[in-house]
Amino acid sequence: MTALVEVNNLSKAFGGVHAVEGVSFSVDAGQVYSVIGPNGAGKTTLFNLITGLYTPTSGEVKLNGESIAKLEPNQLAERGMCRTFQQMQICMNMTAIENVMLGRHLTLKSNLLTTLFRLPALTRGEKAAREKSAELMEFVGCGEYLDTEASAMSYGALKRLEIARALAAEPKVVLLDEPAAGLNAVETAALEELIRKIAEQGITVMLVEHDMKLVMGISDRLLVLNYGRVLAEGTPEQIRENPDVIAAYLGG
Amino acid sequence: MMARLSQFRLKGLVFMAIVVFAVPLFISNPFHYGLATQIALIAGAVVGLNLLVGFAGQISLGHAGFFGMGAYFSAIMTSNYGWSAIPALIVGAVGVAIIAWAVGRPILRLKGHYLSMATLAVGFIIAIILNNERAITGGPDGMPVPAFDVFGWELSPFGQYSLFGMDISGDLAWYLFAGVVLLAAVWLAQNLIDSPIGRALRSVHGSEVAASVVGVNTAKYKSLVFVISAVYASVMGALYGHFQGFITPSVASFDFSILLITMVVLGGMGSTIGVIIGAVVLELLPQLLADFQEMEMVLFGLILMLTMIFMPKGLLPTAANLLAKRRSKSAGGDA
Repeated sequence: MTALVEVNNLSKAFGGVHAVEGVSFSVDAGQVYSVIGPNGAGKTTLFNLITGLYTPTSGEVKLNGESIAKLEPNQLAERGMCRTFQQMQICMNMTAIENVMLGRHLTLKSNLLTTLFRLPALTRGEKAAREKSAELMEFVGCGEYLDTEASAMSYGALKRLEIARALAAEPKVVLLDEPAAGLNAVETAALEELIRKIAEQGITVMLVEHDMKLVMGISDRLLVLNYGRVLAEGTPEQIRENPDVIAAYLGG
Repeated sequence: MMARLSQFRLKGLVFMAIVVFAVPLFISNPFHYGLATQIALIAGAVVGLNLLVGFAGQISLGHAGFFGMGAYFSAIMTSNYGWSAIPALIVGAVGVAIIAWAVGRPILRLKGHYLSMATLAVGFIIAIILNNERAITGGPDGMPVPAFDVFGWELSPFGQYSLFGMDISGDLAWYLFAGVVLLAAVWLAQNLIDSPIGRALRSVHGSEVAASVVGVNTAKYKSLVFVISAVYASVMGALYGHFQGFITPSVASFDFSILLITMVVLGGMGSTIGVIIGAVVLELLPQLLADFQEMEMVLFGLILMLTMIFMPKGLLPTAANLLAKRRSKSAGGDA
């Protein structure tokens, strides 16, 4: 089986700062793969490199065997990669469900003519997109907000909404950047359940997370970053017993 | 249950139709009809500009350029080459679309002030060309424009027509025509907003990053909405020229571009009905303050500034919010 996401010797420098340096790993389809590490270890930079928002200084990322070097984020979405953000990116000028329906963009074939004259083909597509989006909002647990303006929703609900939008694009792999940040214990437990359900659908999940309990519980494999470099990689058991990791986290 | 937006869209359109067709009950003299017609045509261009500014969050300080191009193209083709007005209007709109696409592609990569400056420059270039090409455009003196015609059948403000057995003056006929065009412009704009394309446009405003990671090609949609808003301006410009019967390069001037933007901002960015109210207010204001004509630009600047500071959402959305608040307050008081 070939890896779904493959990262080879990836580096990114901002001026003299090496945010990510010589990182290599691969993620198989169907896995829950987590990236952990102290603040400033380069986790979000790594995600931005993988999703095409940053251009690497050296090294490469492959999605399904294809190098993503020349691809824009929207082209990566076409190839089945979607993500959420640590700093949430919600369109506050739309309602909740419109945000999720935006995620259906690639599945909705629309041309200017059917749009301008609102022909039946468009209405049908919109109806289906709305139903699917409502379903997804239910699935992530913010089904009660359908027509609420996004700007009027709580932080926790918006975090789930962002996941629903990513899922609406029917991705093969979804990258969640600190989905548990700012959530309380109950919300985090619900999130863990949600990530499990996403993985059960066969969607590969990549996770950047601080919450160790959450990460250890649901990950198939983990990557530990420290100062931009790989400190360790392996199953949760291996990571838990790795002396370098213990040293980095406990300050030994 | 294609809820809210659809219902709102229909309500807005019906409300507008009622207003448009009720206006002739309250006015009768040719000057007022002329003013109302002019307002309707300019409002149509403003509805198009709002797609770009209000919904997609991009700016154009040169939109009068496209309005002027539409007006002059139709004027030149009908008066010098004997074209009928409708083909002239359509070919002009296609030409403007191509130019807007070619210009928009590179300049829409710019953001904020840079985009403002670039669109400003586009407007200036068009105005300069219209001023200098005397042989074709008549230069600063302007040029006459033949009456609007539908393959030989002429619509002139000075004509006499009959509609459903009623005799109506040319002024009224033109007003009704402009009103129907405006309603069509609103209908098309609302259809566009409430669609996958419309969501993509609005997401460019809301969060460009979010849009791109779910597969929206943001550059493409920015170009698209720039072209669509330019076509709106071009079509309205062409009709405006035929209605006025005479145009000067002022239709493409910087002042007019600023006026269009002020209408959008005052009425309410992202509110189709709102920006029409903005157009009505800013077209009527100079009539009421005719004595202070030289102060017009100062006044518009002041309005723009005060709107930005005190009601950044614009007239209609602010009023709607106030109303909603009062309603919920009184509902709370009852409980």
